Amino acid sequence: MKARVTVMLKSGVLDPQGEAVRHALGSLGFQGVTGVRQGKVIELDLAHTDAAKAEADVRAMCEKLLANTVIESYRIEIG
Amino acid sequence: MKAAVVTFPGSNCDRDLAVAFEAAGFEVARVWHKDTALPVGVDVVGIPGGFSFGDYLRCGAIAAQSPIGAAVRAHADRGGFAIGICNGFQVLTEMGLLPGVLMRNAGLKFVCRSVMLKVATTASPFTQSYAAGQELAIPIAHHDGNYTIDDAGLQRLKAEDRIAFTYAANPNGSMADIAGVLSANRRVLGMMPHPERAVDPVTGGADGQGVFASLMRGMALA
Repeated sequence: MKARVTVMLKSGVLDPQGEAVRHALGSLGFQGVTGVRQGKVIELDLAHTDAAKAEADVRAMCEKLLANTVIESYRIEIG
Repeated sequence: MKAAVVTFPGSNCDRDLAVAFEAAGFEVARVWHKDTALPVGVDVVGIPGGFSFGDYLRCGAIAAQSPIGAAVRAHADRGGFAIGICNGFQVLTEMGLLPGVLMRNAGLKFVCRSVMLKVATTASPFTQSYAAGQELAIPIAHHDGNYTIDDAGLQRLKAEDRIAFTYAANPNGSMADIAGVLSANRRVLGMMPHPERAVDPVTGGADGQGVFASLMRGMALA
């Protein structure tokens, strides 16, 4: 079973890297990019066979290590 | 008084920190990240600067979960003293021993130079040897020193006088110019600037000595 975790800065937290990418896109001539947020994707290979159990475990992993919930939110996809 | 300095893979200020503790009169024990306990009788734990675990995932995140991390947390929970400098500050926030996070510098650049700090409170075991508002020349060297905390957390830090140092000229976008913060019991300090690199006039200044001298004095009284 695979899990995909997407970690993003929470809305309202300034993302200096995303802002830098937005500026770079503008200077390349791409018009109308009004916002860029940069995050990360973490793919996990799991020995689990039960999707609900897998999701619960991955949620615990996110809370403990994969995300810093002070500033980051996460989304879990099991598949 | 006994200090323990933790070394993670990628730490690079551990020896400097040990030398700074020794110069202030501490007996220093070196501790490896895989150790599961601190040496008996340790009064203060130093988490040094560097790039623990290559800054993988987030700065300090892996180190915070290392075997020695649990012992450091238990030491702090018992009321033990701890100081985290630069990457060590990041580790302490990831451990949850200090509030807030250190985000990428607002200017996106690694900043490596001496800056002026203001002593924001002298009511702490780490700053009591300084004068209130005293300005110190201390080096910084970091890419992720942009201190960020929610509004309620910032108000609490201010109300409880837990901002230890501020930047005279903000180099990284830190909220409220914060360079260092204290735990609620004031026995844990995290700071981005490197006082251990400013303890000998031969190597560019001694304004950082006060942090270690304060600690020695405070613990002798405690």
